[in-house]
Amino acid sequence: MRNDAITSVYSQIFTLPDANIDTDQIIPARFLTMTERGALADTCFRDWRFDEDGRANAHPLNTRDRDAVRILVAGDNFGCGSSREHAPWALKDFGFDAVITSRAADIFKSNAAKNGLVVCEVDEASHAALLGRAGEIAEVNVIEQTVTCGPVTASFKLEPFARTCLIEGVDPLGYILAQSDAIAAYEARAR
Amino acid sequence: MAKTLFEKIWDSHQAVAETQAAPGMLYVDLHLIHEVTSPQAFKAIEDRGLTVRRPELTFATLDHATPTTPRAPGAKPIYATKAAESQVRRLEDNCRRHGIRLAGWDSEDRGIVHVIGPELGLTQPGQTIVCGDSHTATHGAFGALAFGIGTTEVGHVLATQCLLQRRPKTMRVTVDGRLRAGVSAKDLILAIIAELGAGGASGHVIEYAGTAIEELSMEERMTVCNMSIEAGARAGLIAPDETTIDYLRGRKYAPKGAAFEAARKRWAQLVSDPGALFDAEVRIEGSRVAPMVTWGDSPDMAAPVDAVAPMPSGPESARALAYMGFKPGEALMGETIDTVFIGSCTNARLSDLREAAAVMAGRHVKAGVRMLVVPGSEAVKRAAEAEGLDAIFTTAGAQWREPGCSMCIAMNGDSGKPGERVVSTSNRNFAGRQGKGVRTVLASPATAAASAVAGAIADPRRILEASHAQ
Repeated sequence: MRNDAITSVYSQIFTLPDANIDTDQIIPARFLTMTERGALADTCFRDWRFDEDGRANAHPLNTRDRDAVRILVAGDNFGCGSSREHAPWALKDFGFDAVITSRAADIFKSNAAKNGLVVCEVDEASHAALLGRAGEIAEVNVIEQTVTCGPVTASFKLEPFARTCLIEGVDPLGYILAQSDAIAAYEARAR
Repeated sequence: MAKTLFEKIWDSHQAVAETQAAPGMLYVDLHLIHEVTSPQAFKAIEDRGLTVRRPELTFATLDHATPTTPRAPGAKPIYATKAAESQVRRLEDNCRRHGIRLAGWDSEDRGIVHVIGPELGLTQPGQTIVCGDSHTATHGAFGALAFGIGTTEVGHVLATQCLLQRRPKTMRVTVDGRLRAGVSAKDLILAIIAELGAGGASGHVIEYAGTAIEELSMEERMTVCNMSIEAGARAGLIAPDETTIDYLRGRKYAPKGAAFEAARKRWAQLVSDPGALFDAEVRIEGSRVAPMVTWGDSPDMAAPVDAVAPMPSGPESARALAYMGFKPGEALMGETIDTVFIGSCTNARLSDLREAAAVMAGRHVKAGVRMLVVPGSEAVKRAAEAEGLDAIFTTAGAQWREPGCSMCIAMNGDSGKPGERVVSTSNRNFAGRQGKGVRTVLASPATAAASAVAGAIADPRRILEASHAQ
């Protein structure tokens, strides 16, 4: 099995500058009762975007052009909290292909890499500069591991295997299964 | 070469070593699953025609989406939604089909996944333990390497018993001295998180050490390790000692007889060697820790209960204070509350319920305040009832409920209303975590109980001192 390869994202950027945006904000827990992968666009940042009565409010997330704005620049420690993989699922379904931040939470980063969501951790100065360029066009280059936006050029470092998975569409489970002999050998040793 | 405890466990579980190009393959000794993060994982492996490689190394429970409303013995649980019910059914089917043990509705072992693992002796020193749940570090209290994973990885473990992992960094948090009377493990971990920051330990596995840690009971150690993720840590662990061994002896799935003695010898090796190096070192003086409460919407926004709400240091803290309805410079104590929740994988074990009951005994929940007490497991519930704790809570006007995650994650129908202020013994005060617009104050069981009595944020030491004086 292969995933969709993703080598670059070229789009306008959307900014959410708050630090510590947790996965309960990205998708509230009450939407986690599904048993299928499901379509989660409507649940993404649900409680920021909808009022008590379920009506969409004036939050800029609601008015953004989902086809034209596919890069999210977010505050430090993005994706902290719960391990729910529904968070990257929801972000992808809501039209984001890349998240740029100064630091992303470990489990979120791992989940994102398995779902074609590019997470770029950039230095603080570039991060601050990018947060100031909402609406401008940026390019996230997964092969070169760079973000460019106007005069701003920043580099980021993906875990090498996660990068390979993204740009070649490699499926990690297939990779592990290919090493079944090593697993069996470990089990024999550990017994 | 001197090794840390983490390195010993890590190195001994490498099925395939890490290279520059690819992570290593970490073998998993115990895989815990629940209804919320597993259905898509089973589907993913079944769609590829794969089976569960080692079903005997996986253990399942029902906890997150399950109702906690009181019901007669044998009565059917009434779910908040059809979706929750079908999610539970799906896990029951998946376990049956794949031969996985399930502590289901008919089991006396059912409970919150991080309460039952230790309680049943499934959790043991030196193991690698994973679960599709970020509070898996709880099991690190036994000197196990335990961490949360996503649903795709749950599928990887089901199919291969392995995970692709890069070696994380190490951090030692040493707590010197000893905790003062009236200060609990929850207060300690809130103080540690406030010190480290919500992302301060990201990329690291924390080892908790020092005299104040050594003095903690197993249940207290679980409370500390449980919230490691709230500082961003991958995992948190504590070297096993006599306290650990005493706890494990005689547990349902712990080794027995000669096997236990042999295991004990192995477990004694599970310490960080003298001179082992950590990537980061943090020291905290235990005697300086006070009962803590949170004043914002991130777990690192915590202060001593008798402090004032801080002056905002930036836009996040200003927004957080406004969300919580706290005014900078004004006392946190005395701020009114609407609901008290005692429960969760952080604080729903027998000692937690005793701590809360000691405050509630002979007192009453303030009129207009709702209090839920939700034991962490069927076993905790039975033990609490055997010593009359349920009666103390119900006499005081609190609700005594069935085991589950309940208001910690608020996806089972137990939640607060917009604007409500909730003092909660759980682990996250994120905006909306306990229901849209709900304002959560994290605290220890004693502080939560004292606040229920006062109808406002309260210092448990004052109530306990009054009890002792009588």
